[in-house]
Amino acid sequence: MSNLVEGRTGEWEVVIGLEVHAQVSTSAKLFSGAPTAFGADPNANVSLVDAAMPGMLPVINQECVRQAIRTGLGLNAEINLFSVFDRKNYFYADLPQGYQISQYKQPIVGEGTLRLDMPDGTTRDIGIERLHLEQDAGKSMHDQHPSKSYIDLNRTGVALMEIVSKPDMRSAAEAAAYVKKLRSILRYLGTCDGNMEEGSLRADVNVSVRRPGDEFGTRTETKNLNSMRFIQQAIDYEVARQIEIIEDGGEIDQETRLFDTGTGTTRAMRSKEDAHDYRYFPDPDLLPLVIDQSEVDELSAGLPELPDAIRDRLTSEYGLSAYDAAVITEERETAAFYEAASAGRDRKLVANWMTVELFGALNKSGESLGACKVSPEALGGLVGLIEDGTISGKIAKDVFADMFETGKDAATIVEEKGLKQVSDSGAIEAMIDEVIAANGDKVEEYRGGKDKLFGFFVGQVMKASKGQANPGMVNQLLRAKLDG
Amino acid sequence: MADLLSLSAVEARAALDAGEVSAPELTGAYLAAIEETGALNNYVAVTADKAMEMAEASQARIKAGEAGLIEGIPVGVKDLFCTAGVASTACSKILEGFTPTYESTVTANLWREGGVMLGKINCDEFAMGSANETSAFGPAVNPWQAADGADLVPGGSSGGSASAVAARSALLATGTDTGGSIRQPAAFCGVVGMKPTYGRCSRWGIVAFASSLDQAGPFSRTVADNALMMQAMASHDLKDSTSADTPLPDLMAALDKGVKGMKIGVPSEYVMDGMDSEVVALWEKGQAWLRDAGAELVEISLPHTKYALPAYYIIAPAEASSNLARYDGVRYGLRVEADSLDDMYGETRAAGFGDEVQRRIMIGTYVLSAGYYDAYYLKAQKVRRLIKQDFDTAYETVDAILTPATPTAAFPVGRKVDDPVTNFLNDVFTVPANLAGLPGMAVPAGLNADGLPLGLQILGRPFDEATLYSIGRVIEDAAAFDAVPSRRAGGAS
Repeated sequence: MSNLVEGRTGEWEVVIGLEVHAQVSTSAKLFSGAPTAFGADPNANVSLVDAAMPGMLPVINQECVRQAIRTGLGLNAEINLFSVFDRKNYFYADLPQGYQISQYKQPIVGEGTLRLDMPDGTTRDIGIERLHLEQDAGKSMHDQHPSKSYIDLNRTGVALMEIVSKPDMRSAAEAAAYVKKLRSILRYLGTCDGNMEEGSLRADVNVSVRRPGDEFGTRTETKNLNSMRFIQQAIDYEVARQIEIIEDGGEIDQETRLFDTGTGTTRAMRSKEDAHDYRYFPDPDLLPLVIDQSEVDELSAGLPELPDAIRDRLTSEYGLSAYDAAVITEERETAAFYEAASAGRDRKLVANWMTVELFGALNKSGESLGACKVSPEALGGLVGLIEDGTISGKIAKDVFADMFETGKDAATIVEEKGLKQVSDSGAIEAMIDEVIAANGDKVEEYRGGKDKLFGFFVGQVMKASKGQANPGMVNQLLRAKLDG
Repeated sequence: MADLLSLSAVEARAALDAGEVSAPELTGAYLAAIEETGALNNYVAVTADKAMEMAEASQARIKAGEAGLIEGIPVGVKDLFCTAGVASTACSKILEGFTPTYESTVTANLWREGGVMLGKINCDEFAMGSANETSAFGPAVNPWQAADGADLVPGGSSGGSASAVAARSALLATGTDTGGSIRQPAAFCGVVGMKPTYGRCSRWGIVAFASSLDQAGPFSRTVADNALMMQAMASHDLKDSTSADTPLPDLMAALDKGVKGMKIGVPSEYVMDGMDSEVVALWEKGQAWLRDAGAELVEISLPHTKYALPAYYIIAPAEASSNLARYDGVRYGLRVEADSLDDMYGETRAAGFGDEVQRRIMIGTYVLSAGYYDAYYLKAQKVRRLIKQDFDTAYETVDAILTPATPTAAFPVGRKVDDPVTNFLNDVFTVPANLAGLPGMAVPAGLNADGLPLGLQILGRPFDEATLYSIGRVIEDAAAFDAVPSRRAGGAS
């Protein structure tokens, strides 16, 4: 256990479980036909059902069900062919029905696992407890008017998947890695866009501490964290706060807490006396959700290759390092780019060019891979030119810079700029002769035993060739002439 | 046509098609009848202009040979149905002035088949009541009077609908039935009321009381009219997830099938303490009529009957407490301003909901609360399954079941209003069908010694409404019920 936290009175183990709310990628809401597009004018995407007008009834959007099944399959989880929608009752101004339709006792997806890729190249399995479908609530705005609150129901009824982990994480870094991996899988599957800034992915973190080997401690739940950084900050703060309380002889209250993004601290959201009794019961407007195994099989057959499988293939078949493989497979687009660029090329060389040169350039320019002017085929072409000796690795870097700028392919740039490597032994010999003639004194010194001067001669010949001479041939011919 | 109001819907349809009467004439007669019977407080809104417009349109379709099933027939609509552009309040103060932009599926079906909307009809607030006394518009009154001339309740919750059909101020009317809200008022007012199988009529656009029990159904004066209206209002609706995709059989064809060879069950558990002896006598009479018509009467047992009422009074309020949460003063209906959101909720709901509705919301909230859910709600659901099993077992040997519709005839307005539990007992014969989702029909079968109507109830297999119409027609013929309510005996018949 390298994750233990040192307190004043000894070591503490941190226990973390996450509830991630992922907005289902669909064009319509979970139980109404209203659109889900982000950025619409307030209350533009609201149907009679969303506004809970009298007599309105929910009808399940089957695409949301399919997306939940796909996600369950992507998490190696059990798909429950029979599940039930329940009402979670509470009053709030942005909850028109007075209840949220959710799944309580019988969720659509049961236990599964998610594999974390650790920095040292090892992996670690985090248990998934369940995944269920539920409605999002609307948005209350309290800062628009001195005495009134404004309500925007655009999000009301949007489909969310609540993905609950087991309390298997032991550090803020692991929690962040979990969310990152979960986000990656969701994006591969196309079941959630993972856009944390727009609120498509939010996490509630359950944190407790205990002495190593003890029973679980009392946990707190910090709600609604919408960035990796906030997740880690909230956990770090909670861990320090809880250890201090316990070490001072106090007890942790099981409570819901809010994270203050300004100060990086958490505070109690409501006291136990105000705790809601949600009065869950099966929604009588909806029949139980019954799924046919054949539909699950069909969805399973249609799943894309997921990051773990690709990562395994890249390391075992292509011989990539665990690090390169993890970087390349984090996003589906990146993995697809790599597959296309490296087809028929030196796989490791392409991986190297992608992770170092391409990602470096993208980082610097702030562009996304999708907007990048270098196509997978063009990057493959560049590596091909290196492989067949047309250009040297050094020249290739210049060619790449040009490709990134203009979008031209490598061969064209090499052709236009005359960067082709000189491998004609006659031409190289002529250059060598010139260099020898111009540096008679150095030749004497070399021949007198000053071996280190060889590098000087190589440099001079390369300079004379404007970098285009084949370095291997220069080495070979130069040694022959000097040692003659 | 000397007396348009005496025509049944089937007769009126024939007269309209034959050109003996026009749709506007028929509608005009009913609008006049609504005025004459205003004291019964059956209508909470009369849409006279809309009615005449619709009647004119019907007349044009009749002339063009494009008449629908109920073309030109004046229909009253229980205020629980949302009707586009017409205030729809569930007879609650909390929905005062609420005018939907949408039309319930059932009423849309009726208008598509040519029905003419007369107006919105009084009912118990949110359909919670058995006497139509919880309405924010005041009680609707039964056109049948007590021997001493006292006003009687029409039953509930669809009391206004039953009363209007009996009083000839609507030829047909919609109702909803959650625990007997169609069948009990039909019996009290001497008209035919049908609660179809759960899922037969769409609940979309009907203000919800208890979603797993609510079903819309027709009121009429004759069994044939009832079948006609049923045919017009039922549909499979993709907007209601609990709507059944089961084709409706030809109900008009079922009317003359008779009961020869049918096995009809008589449940021994439906003999109850405190039951009116005249009700028992009528029940026996009904059995004799059916036996005479060729049916075999079989004693059956529905052993869990006595648990039906307690289970119902847990499940229905539980669902209601959640269904009525949307009436919160935020988006529509009544709002009482207050300093905080929670206070606004409290004050709005205290001012907007009547006592009975508040009572049921509190019961429902209680039975769903942590620590009580298993003891009440979950147990009630288990009882519900047992009741359904009772019927499943019975229907292995019988085709239908005959019971009284109510334990008593209509009672005086105001009599039992302070004793909610006694009022609940009105539903004792009707509630099991709702819990089991089965179709049930109330047919007027005679008068008691005080001259008040009594009804019989026929229960059937799921989606077998046709058999109920066959049996109902036999009872109707045998009973030859042609009495006219005392308050309409003067001119209307």
